[in-house]
Amino acid sequence: MSEISAEQVAHLAHLARIELSPEEIESLTAELGSIVDNVAKVTEVATPDVPATSHPIPLVNVFRPDVVGETLTQEQALRGAPEHAEGRFKVSAILGEEQ
Amino acid sequence: MAKPELMDFDKALELYEPVLGFEVHVELNTATKMFSDAPNYFGGEPNTNITPVDLGLPGSLPVVNEQAVRYSISLGLALGCSIAESSRFARKNYFYPDLAKNYQISQYDEPIAYRGSVDVELEDGRSFTIPIERAHMEEDAGKLTHVGGSTGRIQGAEYSLVDYNRAGVPLVEIVTDIIYGADRDAPELAKAYVSTIRDIVVSLGISDARMERGNLRCDANISLSPRGSGILGTRTETKNVNSLRSVERAIRYEIQRQAAILSAGGTITQETRHWHEDTGRTSAGRPKSDADDYRYFPEPDLLPVQPSAELIEELRAALPEAPALRRRRLKGEWGFTDLEFRDVVNSGLLNELAETVAAGAAPQAARKWWTGEIARLANAAGVDSSSLVTPQQVAELIELIEAGTLTDRLARQVLEGVIAGEGTPAEVVDKRGLAVVSDDTALLAAIDEALAAQPDVLAKIRDGKVQAAGAVIGAVMKAMRGQADAARVRELVLERAK
Repeated sequence: MSEISAEQVAHLAHLARIELSPEEIESLTAELGSIVDNVAKVTEVATPDVPATSHPIPLVNVFRPDVVGETLTQEQALRGAPEHAEGRFKVSAILGEEQ
Repeated sequence: MAKPELMDFDKALELYEPVLGFEVHVELNTATKMFSDAPNYFGGEPNTNITPVDLGLPGSLPVVNEQAVRYSISLGLALGCSIAESSRFARKNYFYPDLAKNYQISQYDEPIAYRGSVDVELEDGRSFTIPIERAHMEEDAGKLTHVGGSTGRIQGAEYSLVDYNRAGVPLVEIVTDIIYGADRDAPELAKAYVSTIRDIVVSLGISDARMERGNLRCDANISLSPRGSGILGTRTETKNVNSLRSVERAIRYEIQRQAAILSAGGTITQETRHWHEDTGRTSAGRPKSDADDYRYFPEPDLLPVQPSAELIEELRAALPEAPALRRRRLKGEWGFTDLEFRDVVNSGLLNELAETVAAGAAPQAARKWWTGEIARLANAAGVDSSSLVTPQQVAELIELIEAGTLTDRLARQVLEGVIAGEGTPAEVVDKRGLAVVSDDTALLAAIDEALAAQPDVLAKIRDGKVQAAGAVIGAVMKAMRGQADAARVRELVLERAK
């Protein structure tokens, strides 16, 4: 059994901005633990001749030429915004900073 | 905010050894963004240089800009780095509206370039090798404006407005290894390092590298180690350092601030700190997140980058002259003395000078204007000289002086006009009517008037007292509101005396 703690789940929920009840944290702690265990099983069967990959399709170097294409208009860009002002997206003042 | 205690710099250095590290972000000047074909331009109307990719709209997919990859490889090579056979992108997850996707596409465990070094020269000519850990590709974030609140800073802001024009602009982040042994040169070394990176990216032509515009940004990590202890202290990361002067000042300030806290028995909080150009201080920002909190994982929408050996060799062969070699060459070509050349380099004006000379100006005249009047004006305004005028404008100004259209005195006024945004030097001359009066008829009329007012002058000159001409020249220059060439006026006065 992996060692996922309730504190880790609560921390992850905070990072993901998901509100969880104590009951949800408890059940997710168990579920996440078994997910981690199952993934660990894959590691057990993987042999050195199976290279790790982050992508199922064996493609590399898919690039785009550096040529300007079509852009959105300001109106189009803001169309889905709940609120906007002065041509910009309006968001509540968030206590935080650029990363 | 109470003024924090600072320890005298020399005392701080007696007690502690500064340990440094830098993260420099370079905005690449490609035509389009890193992962979308929107123009790489963020000065225009808000939210116009964007595509669905830059807004992270559902169904949109990023595609890597080939030119940005080439630029990144060139930069890696210029930093003496190895280029990864295989490199990949990763998602850095965080919630802040400067990116609409709730993550930044960056590189994490497989950067495009790793392990290099850069030689940096200090003002007195000593050289210092800065170890480079890695250089990786990523995207820039959008720009937030905080509205409301009394100070305009985020505390107390009522809401924020977001412009995504800058979101997705290609960045290379250059990360140094831990730098030991800088000692009391730490502030100067920091400035010299950033200046060298700027020289390198400018010589590669891959970035506009204007610090005041955020094309080149430096985060400076610094900690203090009690002298001789070998124990690393807790570090702070100072951000918002957007001029070479600030880099130097911010490091010096942090050394003094941390030394005061440590010597009083306090502890340093691991945090980001914001540099304030106006007060010359740093203030606490957010506590530094653990890398784990970003939950990096390989970007599933993008494929690995595996540059061929041929491409790497092609880019290596095309690398420009290394800045240190170039300096030696330019010094010889311009025929400057050691002192003259060092003055230019230390003012951070080498590229401006080179471009001014390339635009047709004589090296000595270019040096005189950049290190003289322009540096003076920049100092007074507290900005970098390069942000005031362009080399082309300076070359044009010098050309006008050599053509006799302007005297030095008039040229200074024209320069002010150019800086004030009134146009090119020629346009300012026109608009302000500043050209030298080269029409001898007009000059002679003014001379005759002045001679009539001082009738004894001609006799004195004829008696050999040539210095008497000075009074007339002064009167003429005044009458012409300075817009005459004093040497020409003198010639004409002496002719009248014949």
